Amino acid sequence: MAHHGRTTSESIIMETMNEKKHKYGMVIDLDKCNGCGACTVACAVENNVPPAVEKMNSRNGITWLRVSNVNQNESFTENDTVFVPMFCQQCEKETPCLTVCPQNAVDIDPNTGIVGQIPQRCLGCRYCMTACPYHARYFNYWDPQWSDGMKQQLNPDVSPRMRGVVEKCNFCHGRLHAAKEKAASMGNREIDPKEYVPACVESCPNSAITFGDLNDQTSVVAQLSKQGNAFRFLSRLGTEPKVYYHSTREWVRAMAEQKGPHSLRDSQFSAEAIHG
Amino acid sequence: MRDKILLLAGFVIGSLIGWQAFPLALYKTEEQPMQFNHKVHTGEQGGMACTDCHIINETGRFQGVPTIAKCAECHAAPIGSTKQEQRMVDEYITPNKQIPWKIYSRQPDNAFFSHASHVTIGEMKCEACHGPQGSSESLKPYKENRISGYSRDIWGVSISGFQSESWQGMKMSKCIRCHTDRGRKDGCIACHK
Repeated sequence: MAHHGRTTSESIIMETMNEKKHKYGMVIDLDKCNGCGACTVACAVENNVPPAVEKMNSRNGITWLRVSNVNQNESFTENDTVFVPMFCQQCEKETPCLTVCPQNAVDIDPNTGIVGQIPQRCLGCRYCMTACPYHARYFNYWDPQWSDGMKQQLNPDVSPRMRGVVEKCNFCHGRLHAAKEKAASMGNREIDPKEYVPACVESCPNSAITFGDLNDQTSVVAQLSKQGNAFRFLSRLGTEPKVYYHSTREWVRAMAEQKGPHSLRDSQFSAEAIHG
Repeated sequence: MRDKILLLAGFVIGSLIGWQAFPLALYKTEEQPMQFNHKVHTGEQGGMACTDCHIINETGRFQGVPTIAKCAECHAAPIGSTKQEQRMVDEYITPNKQIPWKIYSRQPDNAFFSHASHVTIGEMKCEACHGPQGSSESLKPYKENRISGYSRDIWGVSISGFQSESWQGMKMSKCIRCHTDRGRKDGCIACHK
């Protein structure tokens, strides 16, 4: 139709018009997290993550959001411990999972910066899981199963995944859809930021997680992300995650750059990894 | 010569099977649980608009086919003399049972479509996607793809994929065409959930 005749300059204008309007991100205050796990539960319920089957373990189960306990392994009085909620860090640049996907099943939404994962395109090769430095991606080894009663509480805004595909956190994208629809029905193109809050943020009893638009310089999350004690995990890789952490403790900040944060999966770092 | 005739005959037979027999086998046809006359409601007699029954609620969600309570607002007792209306009152309204309509335009579960975005902001007409349903006098049979379980209206009536009207077929390619024509750039999750 009409667009076949579009000139280069028009295309460039359109590109510019489509510069990321929003860049959703989070800041998690690790000094406030007490490891209660409410975010993990809220996340699973919100996103239709099926309950574990009998054979599942910590390596092949599905936990979009996992809270790990990292401690210094010092003697009792000296020891300090921190809980780290770990999930998709929404890498902005050189997104490892996106680069390796042979199926184009991963993309970055140009309007929100959210890294999307489309299960219907995924062939289940799990290359993205290998590539992800945060081990934030999970594979469906089994068909999702809910009992009849549990089917009643499935979230209609999130489509359940099938066996054989990879899934991960997408900042509760179903909630963004709902907020957009609500805004649209009132004639607004932009959502009210209060309407879009991911489940983990909402459920945290200590308000440790702040969510919002990093592009909006007046937002709390943008300001928190620029604080002196804010840091990102494995920032040396240059993937520029949109999930920031915050801690006043130096050893916690240092831990974020240590080799093998993948050991977060095994719930704690070794003393060697932390100290040297 | 004989070879050419055989080849032609094979081509014709193959085409007949592919274009005629296969679609018949692929779709199973089901009748709606009861008939409905849109024209009576939207024409001079009723004077209703699409949005009087097919509403977008206060949370911005499209409600689709109205519930039996909506029908009961006018038809608590029959107001006409048709058999269909009498049946609706007896079988559904009086026992307060929902009519198990088969939805022609039901999309796969992973598709997200906001009527509010397209109708309220985009100012699209219902007919652009749904065709002249509002002036139909009866409900056509529902055809379901035996393999995918989707309605035939998603692919479109034409098996070849050629469509003469904007409302024939509701596939992703149509969504994308319209969005790219308007210079929109979206990620997959903008329309997938």
